[in-house]
Amino acid sequence: MSILTMRQVDFVVEEKPIINGINLQVNSGDYLTISGPSGGGKSTLLKLIATLLTPTSGEILFNNQAQASYPTTDYRKEVSYCFQQPTLFGETVQDNLAFPFLVRGKAFEQAKVDHLLDLVDLPESYLTKKITELSGGERQRVALIRNLIFLPKVLLLDEVTVGLDSASKAIVKKLIQRVHADGVTILLVTHESDILAQAQQVIWIKEGKIVDESAISQ
Amino acid sequence: MNQLSVNNLSLVFSFALVLIGVAISEREKLNLTKDIFYSIARAVIQLIIVGYLLKYIFRVNNVVLTSAMSFFIVLNAAWNAYKRNPNQHKRYLDSLIAIFVSTYVTMGVLIASGAIKFVPSQIIPISGMIASNSMVGIGLCYRSMNQQFHDQHQQILEKLALGADKKLASLPILRASIKTAMQPTIDSAKTVGLVSLPGMMSGLIFAGVDPVRAIKYQIMVTFMLMTTTSLGSIIAGYAAYQNYFNAQDQLIDG
Repeated sequence: MSILTMRQVDFVVEEKPIINGINLQVNSGDYLTISGPSGGGKSTLLKLIATLLTPTSGEILFNNQAQASYPTTDYRKEVSYCFQQPTLFGETVQDNLAFPFLVRGKAFEQAKVDHLLDLVDLPESYLTKKITELSGGERQRVALIRNLIFLPKVLLLDEVTVGLDSASKAIVKKLIQRVHADGVTILLVTHESDILAQAQQVIWIKEGKIVDESAISQ
Repeated sequence: MNQLSVNNLSLVFSFALVLIGVAISEREKLNLTKDIFYSIARAVIQLIIVGYLLKYIFRVNNVVLTSAMSFFIVLNAAWNAYKRNPNQHKRYLDSLIAIFVSTYVTMGVLIASGAIKFVPSQIIPISGMIASNSMVGIGLCYRSMNQQFHDQHQQILEKLALGADKKLASLPILRASIKTAMQPTIDSAKTVGLVSLPGMMSGLIFAGVDPVRAIKYQIMVTFMLMTTTSLGSIIAGYAAYQNYFNAQDQLIDG
C-alpha cells in the first residue's frame, strides 16, 4: 500500500528548477535510500516530503490524501524529518527529549526516554548533560531519538551518518534497521556504500531528476 | 515662581554646544557634520511648529482636536516603530495596534484614576511620553526578534519538523525579544532619582514646583512607562513573530 506518492513534483527557486518533475511511489514499510551528486536536490526532496517546503507544482500524497489536506503539525508528527548536522536546543539533553512530549501536550515519560537512550548506547545520566558537552556523534544520536520518541509513520533521514566516527555510525545504522523492523517507512539520503547496501531500494537523483532506480535484493 | 529664562539670545549662545559636536566630528573625521546640522535644523523646525500648534490647541481646548492630536502622535510612533523592524514581511498594523492599545489603556487608567485630566495640556504631552516609550520598546523587540530568527534559523526548522506549531517553535525567541524590549525601562526605573532626574520631574522642578510634589508625578510616569512598554512589546511581539512564517507553518525565506 502506497504511503507516499509524488506526482510531477517541481520545486523552482528564482526560476532555477531544483526538483524537476519527480514521480515517486513509496509503499508502507519500504526502506529507500536516495543518492546522487551534491546539489542534485536530495535534501530538497526530503524537505518537500516533510512540508518544510511547498512544491511549485505537482502534488504529494500521504496515505493517498493530498499533503495539504492534513493540518501541518499533525502531518509532521507522522512524517518526521531528521536533519544533516542537527542542532540541539535548550541547555540539556532533556530539553531536547522533552520537546516531542511538549509538542503533543503529554507528560514526560522517563522510561520511554531511558529505553531510547539505551538503544543509542547513551547512559540515562546523559539526560541532565549539557548539550555543549556532547561529541558530534552523541549529538546526532540524541537528535535521532528526538524524532523517534513517538514513532512516526515515515522517517526522513538526511545524511545522518555524515562525519560520525565508526562506533556512532554503527549505532545509528543499527537503530535505523530496528526502527524499520518496527514498521516505519524509511527514506534516507546518503552517499555511503555500506548504508546504501542496507536499503531495499536506491534512487539516484541528479539535477532534480530521478536518473536511476534499482531494487537491492536482501 | 517661574524662573525659566530661556530667551532667543541664550538659545543662540547655546548653539555653541552644537559646534563642539561639529568640531569633534571634523577632528575625528566621523563624517557626521552634515547629519548633525540636518538633525538640529529638523528638531528646531519641528519644535517651532509643534510649539505654535500646541499653543493653538491649548487655547481652543476642544475634545476632538485634542484626541486628533493624540492619535496623530500614536500614528507617527507606530510608523517609526514599523520602520525599525528589519523583517521584510513586517506589517504596519502590528505596530499601530500595539502602540494604540498600550497608549490608550495606560492613559485610560490614568484618566479614570484622576491622575490626569482630559485637557490638551495634559493629554498631548502624556500621549507623547507613552507612545514614544512604547515605540522604543517595540523597536527593540523587533530588532532582537529579527536577529534571533536569523541566528536560530536551524533550530526553528528542527522544531517545526518535530511537529511544533509556529508559536511553540518561536517561544524562546518571543520571550527573549520581549525581555530585551522591557530591559531599558526596568533598568531606568532602578536608577531613577539616583542617576537620572527624568524629563517630567526635571521640568516640574525647573518650573518651580516643590520636588516632593514633582516626585509624585515621576512615580506615576514610572508606573505608566512600565505598563506601556510591557503592553506594547507583548502585543507587537506576538503579532510580529507570525510574519516570519507562511500559512503552511514554514519559515519564510527558509
